Amino acid sequence: MKARTLFDKLWDSHVVEKLPNGTSVLYIDRHLVHEVTSPQAFEGLRMSHRRLRHPEATLAVIDHNVPTTDRDQPIAEEQSRQQIEALQRNVKEFDVPFIPLLSDKQGIVHVVGPEQGVSLPGMTIVCGDSHTSTHGALGALAFGIGTSEVEHVMATQTLLQKPAKNLKIEIEGTPKVGITAKDIILAVIGKIGTAGGTGHVIEFTGSVVRNMDMAGRMTLCNMAIEAGARAGLVAPDEITFEYIKGRPFAPKAKDFEQAVAYWRTLATDEGAHYDRVVQININDLEPMITWGNSPEDVIPITGKVPDPAEIADESQRKRKQRMLEYMGLKPGQPIKGVKIDAIFIGSCTNSRIEDLRIAAQIAKGRKVADHVWALVVPGSGLIKKQAEAEGLDKIFKEAGFEWREAGCSMCLAMNPDRLQPGQRCASTSNRNFEGRQGPDSRTHLVSPAMAAAAAIKGELTDVREMM
Amino acid sequence: MEKFDILSAIAAPLLEANIDTDKIIPARFLKTIQRSGLGKFAFYAQRYDENGNENKDFILNREPYRHAQILITYENFGCGSSREHAPWALLDMGIRCVIAPSFADIFFNNSFKNGILPIVLPRAICDQLVEDCKLGANARITIDLKKQQIIRPNGETIDFDVDPLRKQLLLDGMDDIAQTLQYVKEIDQFEEKRKENQPWFPSIQSKELNP
Ligand code: SF4
Repeated sequence: MKARTLFDKLWDSHVVEKLPNGTSVLYIDRHLVHEVTSPQAFEGLRMSHRRLRHPEATLAVIDHNVPTTDRDQPIAEEQSRQQIEALQRNVKEFDVPFIPLLSDKQGIVHVVGPEQGVSLPGMTIVCGDSHTSTHGALGALAFGIGTSEVEHVMATQTLLQKPAKNLKIEIEGTPKVGITAKDIILAVIGKIGTAGGTGHVIEFTGSVVRNMDMAGRMTLCNMAIEAGARAGLVAPDEITFEYIKGRPFAPKAKDFEQAVAYWRTLATDEGAHYDRVVQININDLEPMITWGNSPEDVIPITGKVPDPAEIADESQRKRKQRMLEYMGLKPGQPIKGVKIDAIFIGSCTNSRIEDLRIAAQIAKGRKVADHVWALVVPGSGLIKKQAEAEGLDKIFKEAGFEWREAGCSMCLAMNPDRLQPGQRCASTSNRNFEGRQGPDSRTHLVSPAMAAAAAIKGELTDVREMM
Repeated sequence: MEKFDILSAIAAPLLEANIDTDKIIPARFLKTIQRSGLGKFAFYAQRYDENGNENKDFILNREPYRHAQILITYENFGCGSSREHAPWALLDMGIRCVIAPSFADIFFNNSFKNGILPIVLPRAICDQLVEDCKLGANARITIDLKKQQIIRPNGETIDFDVDPLRKQLLLDGMDDIAQTLQYVKEIDQFEEKRKENQPWFPSIQSKELNP
């Protein structure tokens, strides 16, 4: 048989029917649902008198709209409450497994899926959310879909899809102290651009990825979408199996062994063809930070804000000039030392226990600068509990960070956690678009360690000086 | 879904690359639980000033472009978040066709599913169409989906590609689900086979979530 990539195998094993135009009816194993992109899909089912084909392959959570304080109070914002209540009604009507707000298991959908063992290697996983690519870290084909596709999966447990191209990103070298998966993925996006992965599924390979823990792999795959890719992938290996073992919805005992035997067959075959290969060596990589309004606008913390005047293409030049204006930065200015108003540690990119541990190490025994609002938001209730068991919450609180309940929080301006116009934030999330953290907010994407360091210094800073 | 066959309409140029879905509709307007009525929020940050009044400089607020049903724009249109509110908002403000040198994948797919036709054409041709846009209200651009042709105001035609299946669905105004349910037997068989080959494959039981 022809040598195949991990993506090829995931794809081939889920094709139900090939249609004449090259589209396939692709079987979907897991459908994750949240309150923002699902109401219109449920509305569609109801209107067309269709049923939800497999509730037991579906899991619903609330994360985008939820406040991260005072959970026992009714939700103040009218529209947030409406979306949440709509989901609560819909999961009852269609019998969908649902994690309620007050459960320990509640959290960001892309944190909850792997944590519960709902997302597993070899699966196809979809959610009406672009960062579904996160689950690819387990060796699953996971991608974001729109609401009419959400309805399509609900009604048919399939999607109409065309195969993607294979892009291999090979990451080699030895990271210096202070370099995390976040810095690596920012560097990758800086290198290939936000359209660099368009039409492709990225498989992350190389010794750096093989040695990386699951949290780091999830950070990589999470941001594969910011490189324009349809999905990110890491081949499942011992680290993956160890992570999955014992999770609530993972196969148990003999079933687990059978599953692992299958999962081992998924890795890319020797000699399989990739449409493109990008190699990156991280020996000299420094902590990375974005300066503009696209994740590709990234520089090392020791670097300077680029000068758009040097860009030949006019529309590109204008765009970057507008970014500088929006971000309140000057060409040639060192990024280090720029004063900030807030930091946010959280989001499906960087809210796992590993992320919180690194940030706590920096925060320990230090104080958040007086003018900085510092928010730490665990990705799930279980992570929060774990962090509290390790005493991380105390470290944060003593240093002056706010310790919150799980949710998307300040990753996007949909819940009470948001910036005021003009405020500048070092954020561990994945998007620095205009208005993302509130109207006219300014976002610099960084790793958790860098965000914690910025909180303490009160300005964008090099975390290595504090290690 | 409304059928799409021949569209003859005013086209508006949006001369920017990388227009992301946050620009098309900012996140704070995603809280609706319905599909309709989002048109008034489209391009919010550019379309309105801080008091919510129309910004006269923005092209879609100007005559004749405020009646545009076609957008001509630049690379990577619809990048960023996968929100389908973006095509809903465009559709609700009357847009049925977007022409650009490239689109973000998810937006491209979502457009078809909502009866909007995205057309990929080289930048040089987009620029020609931009010139056509400037001719004013009488300068209608015609999209003939059946023939896969754009007819410029001067009568010249430009051919474009479109996936044949998607074309048919647009022409019929038929939704994807109805189409896929023609394969329900194959889906059943797929599930049977998996039960045999992967008996360990777990399902999600509600009771484990709410003990
Ligand atoms: S944390 Fe941010 S990126 Fe992740 S699902 Fe929530 S809103 Fe989306």
